[in-house]
This record gives sequence, structure tokens and C-alpha cells, in this order.
Amino acid sequence: MRRILALWMARNREYYRDKGSLFWSFIATPFIVIVLAVAFSSENEEIFRAGLLIDSASDRAYTHPFGEETAIGLVEYTDRQEALRRVQFHQLDILLTTQQPPRYWINTESAKGRLLEKLLLARQQTGTTLPPQPDWQKQEVSGKKIRYIDWAIPGILAMNMMFSGLWGIGYVIVRYRKNGVLKRLQATPLRAWEFLISQGLSRLGIMLAVTVIVFLICHLFIGFMMAGSYLLLLLIAIIGNLSIISISLLMATRTASEELANGLLNLISFPMLLLSELWFSLDDAPNWLQQLSQLLPLTHLVSAAREVMLEGAGIVQVAPQLLALVAMTAVFITLAGMLFRWHD
Amino acid sequence: MTAILEVRNLSKSFRSLKAVDDISFAIPKGACFGLLGPNGAGKTTTIEMVEGITKPSSGEIYYRGKPRDSSFLEETGIQFQSTSLMDYLRTREVLALFARFYANSTPIEALIELCQLEDFLDTYATRLSGGQRQRLLLAVALINDPEILFLDEPTTGLDPQSRRHFWSLIRTIKARGKTVLLTTHYMEEAELLCDQLIIMDKGNIIAEGSPQSLLRQHFKDSYICLNREDLDDDLASLGSRVEVREDGIAIATSNVEKTLAELVALNINLRSLRVRNPSLDDLFLKLTGHHLRE
Repeated sequence: MRRILALWMARNREYYRDKGSLFWSFIATPFIVIVLAVAFSSENEEIFRAGLLIDSASDRAYTHPFGEETAIGLVEYTDRQEALRRVQFHQLDILLTTQQPPRYWINTESAKGRLLEKLLLARQQTGTTLPPQPDWQKQEVSGKKIRYIDWAIPGILAMNMMFSGLWGIGYVIVRYRKNGVLKRLQATPLRAWEFLISQGLSRLGIMLAVTVIVFLICHLFIGFMMAGSYLLLLLIAIIGNLSIISISLLMATRTASEELANGLLNLISFPMLLLSELWFSLDDAPNWLQQLSQLLPLTHLVSAAREVMLEGAGIVQVAPQLLALVAMTAVFITLAGMLFRWHD
Repeated sequence: MTAILEVRNLSKSFRSLKAVDDISFAIPKGACFGLLGPNGAGKTTTIEMVEGITKPSSGEIYYRGKPRDSSFLEETGIQFQSTSLMDYLRTREVLALFARFYANSTPIEALIELCQLEDFLDTYATRLSGGQRQRLLLAVALINDPEILFLDEPTTGLDPQSRRHFWSLIRTIKARGKTVLLTTHYMEEAELLCDQLIIMDKGNIIAEGSPQSLLRQHFKDSYICLNREDLDDDLASLGSRVEVREDGIAIATSNVEKTLAELVALNINLRSLRVRNPSLDDLFLKLTGHHLRE
């Protein structure tokens, strides 16, 4: 314990004395997050997404409500609650059903939703398509109005955590292996797991501090939605952080070249960047891709954070994600401990 | 004399390369034991196997007559050939950190005085000069008041003044009764510091003993040295005792007066004349046909 504490202190000290990384974490990162957040809050995506509620997956006898307009993607849903939730969270711009009576739902906070509504109603009046358009009835999505930025912010924060966690810990260990610091530590009674724990805890503390600061700054500037418990969100952040740190530790168990470490970290971070629903949902992605995304810790971290922030979910609702994160962390840490080498 | 450390039939292969080939030796308690040899002789591989950093391919290592256990690292101090320290820790903090790793540690102030670290206590370890860094690494190696100290080429890359400074430090530590295992490719260093040494070449031990006994055993002669350019005719009359070296010629002789009289009789320019005793480098050359530093 004494050894872990001493190393933990030493690592923290190194961190705050490294002006470059300090600047990056506390000034550059919040800046980037805010720029991203502002950019995304303007909703400048070009593709619209419409949902169609059908009875069962086999029931495909319908006409595209928007004709052959390719700028509008159409996704089928059988679960009304789920589909409505997507409209609420801006993942769907409009939801339609041809079941009687024909209805559509939009989120009135969504500019794209309002635009599609106009388009739909315009097509109805001109009656240019056959069969004639049904007599659409407007429905509004109930519940608190959610903007796209509210949906995107957990993803942006998680992305920041991922980069900081992956590079902040693994890279340092690889450098220390390369320049012999690890070998020097190996020549003392220090054990590998004591070293790994001290590094992990140091990084966890730093990342939590950064995340809280970025969270508060964004809250101040953008005022995004926070429906659930802050304490639960903190728990999710801690467990999510640990899972990312453990992946990074696993990457760093034997690597002794910074170039290889960089490549490996990119290999780990890119799938998460694209598949963890940071920016967009994977609803209309192929099934195997959705399955694959379940293997990435960031998917669970973001999904749990969203449920808490947007829906006020309690610990029971996010338990599956938390369990997945804990299980992944346990596997990665165990492997890292087994595979760790002080020097190459 | 009891051996504090004993190595039996130690070998290490890296793929097809046999870095250390079945060597055995024993280090008496309190001795300064040297591994002398050129680069690539297997010195570092040997010392790192003894330290427990590298796993031997075969062979046994005994500390105080038993295989090494967890107490070994508590009782040994190690200075590697090349290690960096943490990027943003100051000298004093490095010492405090390493002190925490051991159950027992020397008071830091005593180490600061011994290794003369006073002038750079608040300097980041990465910004120290070569000599300062080696002294800090030595202090780190001594932090647990070790019974046995491993030094792997501790003065390589140091300027002559720092090197002499380091040597006097090692002598102080020896005087305190510590056992030292030292690798070096500097023969002066081995002659000056080591009570006993083994000379290694290509993974094998080629000679073993105290520096004086090794030299006595292999040489009965002294060397008379002259610069090459001072000799215009051949020295055939001096026979096979003449060795031509890079820096001139060396004439081996058991009777310095007689050989000098012969040289005077030959009417040779003697202004560069030096008489010296054989060194470990001469021994290495004799045993292997090449110099220590090649």
C-alpha cells in the first residue's frame, strides 16, 4: 500500500509538472469539446431520417411516404415506445404509421422534424403520388423537449475520456519501458500489480477531475439537459474510465515502441469513435455492426450516461451497462496483470 | 572466505547466439568482484541474470547458499548501464520514492552526503549531467543499504574527472564492507577497484583471479615502449620480443637494464622511451589476440 501510494503521488506530480499535458487536458480539451458541441447544436447534417411503424417485420406492404427521395432514409420499427424515444432524442426526425388512423410524430424542437412535416403535408395537398396520401394526423412527442446537443454531449464527454485514458496511461508506460524506468523499478521489491494499480488510480483521478471540469464548463456555456442523478453519473464515469484505462494497460503490457503503441491505440480508438454511438445511432447499420459495437466499452458508457442524463434513469435501468463495463474491466485488468513485462 | 553469491553453469542464448556459455564463479563476501571484457563479451547478460532481471537459459544462482527468493531484491542494490528516471521528478523526490519501495531504507540525508548530491537536489532527474545522474543512480542503488551492489559499467561515458570521483565513491562503499559486483571494459577501473575478477570474451571466462596474481601468472616481463617514428632500422637483433602496436612498439623484457643497454648500443633515438608493467589490456591481448576496447 505504501508503495502504491508513493508511486501514485509521484505520477500525479509528474502529471501536473508536465505543462504540455496540463494545457491539453484543462484548456485545449474543454475548448475542443465546446467547439464540437456548438457545431453540432446547429444541426447541419444533410441526411434526414424517417421512421415507419409497422406491425411486424414481415409487413412490408407500404409505399415510401416520401416517394423516391433518397435524402430521406427510412427505418422500420415495430416497437412504438422505442421509436418514439428515438424521435425524442433526435435520432429520428419523424415517425410515421400507416396503421389506422395514419399519424406522424415529430419533436417540435427539431428543425429537421418540422421540415419533414412540411414536406409530408405538401405532398398530401398536391396529391402527386399514387395511391393517394393518407390523411396524416399530427402527434407531438410527449415529455421534455430534447435538443440534439443534449443527445450528443454524453458522447462528446466520453470521447474525451477515451482519448485521455488511452493515451494518458498506456503511452507513458510504453515510454518508461523503452527508456528503462520500468527496468529500474523491476530491480526493487515493487510488484507489477502495485505498479499498474498506482498508474491506473493516478490516471483515474486526473480523468475524473478533467471530466468534471469539462462537464461544468459545457453546462455553463451550453446548458445541456441533466435529468438524472449526478452521483450515478459519477459512478458511470468512474467505471467507464476504469474500463478504458484497463484497455490501455493491456495494450501497454509488452509494447516497447512508441510508434507501435500509437498504432495500437488508434486501432482501439477508431472503432469506438465510429461505432459507440458517439455522434449518430447505429439503428440502420447492419446487424453485425451493432453486435460488434456491444463489445466496445465506450458503447456501454455512452448509453448509460445518456439514459441518466436524458431520461433520469436510476441504477437499475443502467445496471446492464454497468455490469458489462465491470466485466470488461475485470477481463482486461486480469490479462494485463498476466501479460505484463517490465522490459522487452 | 564464504561466498555471498555463487553462479554455477550459467548459460544464456538469444536465438542462435550464445551470449553466455556455461560460466561458474563465486563472489566472496565483502569483495569487489569484477567482470572485465570488451563490449559484447556477455558481461551485461551475466550481471542481469544474477540480478534477476534476465532469466537464464540454464544454470543456478545461489545467494547466501540458497536459491534467490523475495528477500534478494530487498538486500541488493542495482545500477544499470543505461536507465532514465521519471521525467518530472527532482533528485530528492526520486530518492524519497525509491526509499518507499523497501522495508528498510538508509536515511536519505546520509546518501545525499555520501554521493554528493547536495548541488542538484531540486533539479529534475532528466536534466542532470552524466556524472550527476550516475551518482543519483548509485544513491538509488544504495537506498536499501544493500548487502551486495551490482554496477554495470557505471563509468562508461563519463569524463575522466567524474570517473575518478565515482571510483573514490566505490572505494568508500567497499570500505563499509559491502560486496560489489562490477562490470567494466576499462582495465584501469578493474585494476584499481577489483579484488578479484574474471575476464570474459565471447560468453566464456578466459582468466580468473586477482589483478596482481593474473598479471604475475601470465607475465614475467616488463615493457619498454618506443614511438614508431623514432625507429628507422629494423629491430631484428631484439628478436621476437618486439610487439608492434598502434601507438608504437613494445619490447618485452625480464631484464630492463640489459635491454636498455642493447638499445643504446643500437644507437636508437630514445626520447620517447617508457618502461611500464604489463596491464590487464596486455593480458587480454595475450589471451585473445585483440584489445579490450575494439
